Amino acid sequence: MERMRYLPLTSSDRAEMLSVIGAGSVDDLFVDVPESARLSGPIEGLPNHASELAVERHMTALARKNMVAGDVPFFLGCGAYRHHVPASVDHLIQRGEFLTAYTPYQPEIAQGTLQMLFEFQTQVARLLGTDVANASMYDGSTACWEAIGMARRITKKSKAILSSGLHPHYVSVAKTMAKYTGDTLETGTPVLTAETDIDQMIAAIDGDTSCVVVQYPDILGRIADLTTLAEACHAKKALLIAVVTEPVALGAIRSPGEMDADIVVGEGQSLGVGLQFGGPYVGLMGCKDKYIRQMPGRFCGETVDADGKRGFVLTLSTREQHIRREKATSNICTNSGLCALAFSIHMTLLGEAGLRRMAGINHANACRAADRLAKVPGVKLVNDVFFNEFTLDLGREARPIVRTLAERGVLAGVSLGRLYPGEDALANGLVVAVTETVTAEDIETLAKALEEVLA
Amino acid sequence: MTINQSGWKPTSPEAKDGEVAATFTGNRALMLEEKLIFEIGDSETTGVDFADGDVSGSRLGNLTRKDPIGLPGLSEPETVRHYTRLSRQNYAIDLGLFPLGSCTMKHNPRLNEKMARLGGFSDVHPLQPVDTVQGALEVIHQLAHWLVTLTGMTSVAMSPKAGAHGELCGILAIKAALEKRGEGHRKVILVPESAHGTNPATAAFAGFSVEDIPATADGRVNTAALKSRLGPDVAGVMITNPNTCGLFERDLKDISDAVHAAGGYVYCDGANFNAIVGRVRPGDLGVDAMHINLHKTFSTPHGGGGPGSGPVVFSEALTPFAPLPFVEKTGEGFRLVEEENADDHHADSFGRMVAFHGQMGMFTRALTYILSHGADGLRQVAEDAVLNANYVLRSLENTLDAPFAKSGPCMHEAIFSDENLADGFSTIDVAKALIDEGFHPMTMYFPLVVHGAMLVEPTETESKAALDQFIGALRSVAERAKAGDPSLKTAPHFAPRARLDETLAARKPVLVWKDKAA
Repeated sequence: MERMRYLPLTSSDRAEMLSVIGAGSVDDLFVDVPESARLSGPIEGLPNHASELAVERHMTALARKNMVAGDVPFFLGCGAYRHHVPASVDHLIQRGEFLTAYTPYQPEIAQGTLQMLFEFQTQVARLLGTDVANASMYDGSTACWEAIGMARRITKKSKAILSSGLHPHYVSVAKTMAKYTGDTLETGTPVLTAETDIDQMIAAIDGDTSCVVVQYPDILGRIADLTTLAEACHAKKALLIAVVTEPVALGAIRSPGEMDADIVVGEGQSLGVGLQFGGPYVGLMGCKDKYIRQMPGRFCGETVDADGKRGFVLTLSTREQHIRREKATSNICTNSGLCALAFSIHMTLLGEAGLRRMAGINHANACRAADRLAKVPGVKLVNDVFFNEFTLDLGREARPIVRTLAERGVLAGVSLGRLYPGEDALANGLVVAVTETVTAEDIETLAKALEEVLA
Repeated sequence: MTINQSGWKPTSPEAKDGEVAATFTGNRALMLEEKLIFEIGDSETTGVDFADGDVSGSRLGNLTRKDPIGLPGLSEPETVRHYTRLSRQNYAIDLGLFPLGSCTMKHNPRLNEKMARLGGFSDVHPLQPVDTVQGALEVIHQLAHWLVTLTGMTSVAMSPKAGAHGELCGILAIKAALEKRGEGHRKVILVPESAHGTNPATAAFAGFSVEDIPATADGRVNTAALKSRLGPDVAGVMITNPNTCGLFERDLKDISDAVHAAGGYVYCDGANFNAIVGRVRPGDLGVDAMHINLHKTFSTPHGGGGPGSGPVVFSEALTPFAPLPFVEKTGEGFRLVEEENADDHHADSFGRMVAFHGQMGMFTRALTYILSHGADGLRQVAEDAVLNANYVLRSLENTLDAPFAKSGPCMHEAIFSDENLADGFSTIDVAKALIDEGFHPMTMYFPLVVHGAMLVEPTETESKAALDQFIGALRSVAERAKAGDPSLKTAPHFAPRARLDETLAARKPVLVWKDKAA
């Protein structure tokens, strides 16, 4: 092939190097490949290399086939939220020293990533209300499962009670994994009422329970005090795991740690990361001090260098797979470093004052939207309390209505029929998220469109 | 030419050797110390302005947060400066050669970043009606087609979030296939001792017991030992190919046939697929499942430790057990196969591994990379990666002990040991001295089968000039280590930090900042 823009070797370089190596051709370097498996040329049926311009055209054409959230009135949530991300966040994470660095295994030349992770861990712990937090997980759903496994190791019991208000994808992930680990999971589907299932869960806890997993705010946007649930768990030597899929909420409502949750996990996508059609996101995970040695994932810790200067290193790695191999707490080998950086920068820009203000605007917008939408004939507001997301009972199946509204250029929310297919009792439910990006006009557009479609 | 014949003349202070005056700030010109945000920010400052307006309405029940959270804020200029200063304490591919074996630190093309940020990809919600995300599904479908074709396999699961997550995906599919056959009693997974630590950790997670298979003296799996261990209790093998010694497993097809004949499955750790992409299809070697690290072979950025992405390709035998969700082409467009419609034709799926649909942001980058290279360019990638590694191997085999140099050519990485260093000197001393030379060190002490292993992976995106400079530096450092130069013991001398006390960090863990005044 002619020169390709990402490959610096020239033909004469290659020839010179082959002579140093003592090989006649590049093919000689592949002698260990059995003849039957050697491909004689480029794989057929696939296109050859393309210019930057040609590739950009191809990808842009694909991108144009999607409805962009920012182009329309947009009300989707259920585990992924659209927030305004300041321009400097994306600029900073694209600095090559962050973007093109590896896991900080050589700490003398990775203090940037390490200090950032130490700051991230502290921000996350404070937000979740836990003593410590790790350097991030893949996402909220995998962090949730890892917390269940962690509770099993700590309590030496294996029956987990999952709230019916836990995101159904998180439940689905846990079910998949539990098949192989032998954990027993008690699960349920939510009921379209204002009350959460905390009382039922308290009643279900027994001596075999390893943990209770509760989402806060839950999949329908409901919020409830977790204090009595934590007490009930601890009375039976079970752990309370709280799952936060909308961390901005913790700028307005009490943290799960404050209510004595033992492990708090979350999806950090709301801050800095963006929607990205579901990934990459960033899992948050914090816990009480006494459980850190059972925690999966990476930790960054403070130390000093040979000259006595403060510095940071990855630490407590004796829990991890590269040391412990089959005895590791988890097979996880990576975190979500760049997304953790985006989260941390956004959080630094906000600070406490900014986060509280942002959370306040989210809640005020959501209250406004809930009041307006509840006035649409035939529509009932399910929640009496919520943060920035609530559920409407449309009185009719919501899923086709969401599709119809999308055709009219309104992304109205997530229908419970999409999340719980086949559950007739939930089919009329529509979960609506309202962040600071939603305008008064957007709310009015959604309300009017709903009125027309439901009429 | 002489300059400055008259007038002001620069003079240098009469500093003695090694006695440079400390600066007031602790900074050294461009080497800037930076405090923690908790030491420079405060809870009132913010770098984000929001619209004015009343936010007093409350339907938060009795849950309003009252106590301070303890989150410092910085204005935008302070934020930009803080993170810019931190960034400058990192080594990165953008700065220089990053020969971290097994990690594949190649150039990250910036077009990939630009494409991933198109609003049609970055600002799309995973639960939008599928009619509004046809382009996103098409990206996944196109990338899936490339991955399946390049590997010669039958299908691909796109959702795993990283390499280790992909391993788990492959092993769970094997477990599901065995159970479907009524052979859930097969409990043993064979793993070569040179394997990545994730392999045994993954197998153990899925409830398998792990048995090590020894390596031969030439750095490959001991085929005879492996075959003799096969039997009715063996579920399968996990083999890395090319392996962690940087060698192609010549016998893999033979091993696969034996494993299949004994009723087991072959998992291939595809961490090193970059060495053979376009030249060898793992499907032709009898592999049943293999993860592909998009952040290695297809150059999505490592980002200081993730996010990764680890799609898993499957053979026909394992395809029915692949996880949900996946994208399927229909008459009119593309659809998602999820829990609700899986029973139509994918009822044996082992289930869901993640919320939503996988690492979309990595898919757009990887597809951009793949389309840029094309079938011919990807083949060239493998060839240049292997050529560069062999050039390093042969240039240094007379300086450092190269335990497998006589085994023939290496693939994409060259391995050396600490055998011929002076007494008391080891790989870490060479590595830390390389930092002073302006390079990121190679992978140290891995794989475990080589004493004091130094695993060097230059990748195909290094020029010959860059390689020559690296080779010169490593040769110089190695000669010093062989001569017992004591200054290596305290290296690095010119990095932002000297060697850090990792024992202290682990013994008294300080994982969050606490205000010492409080």
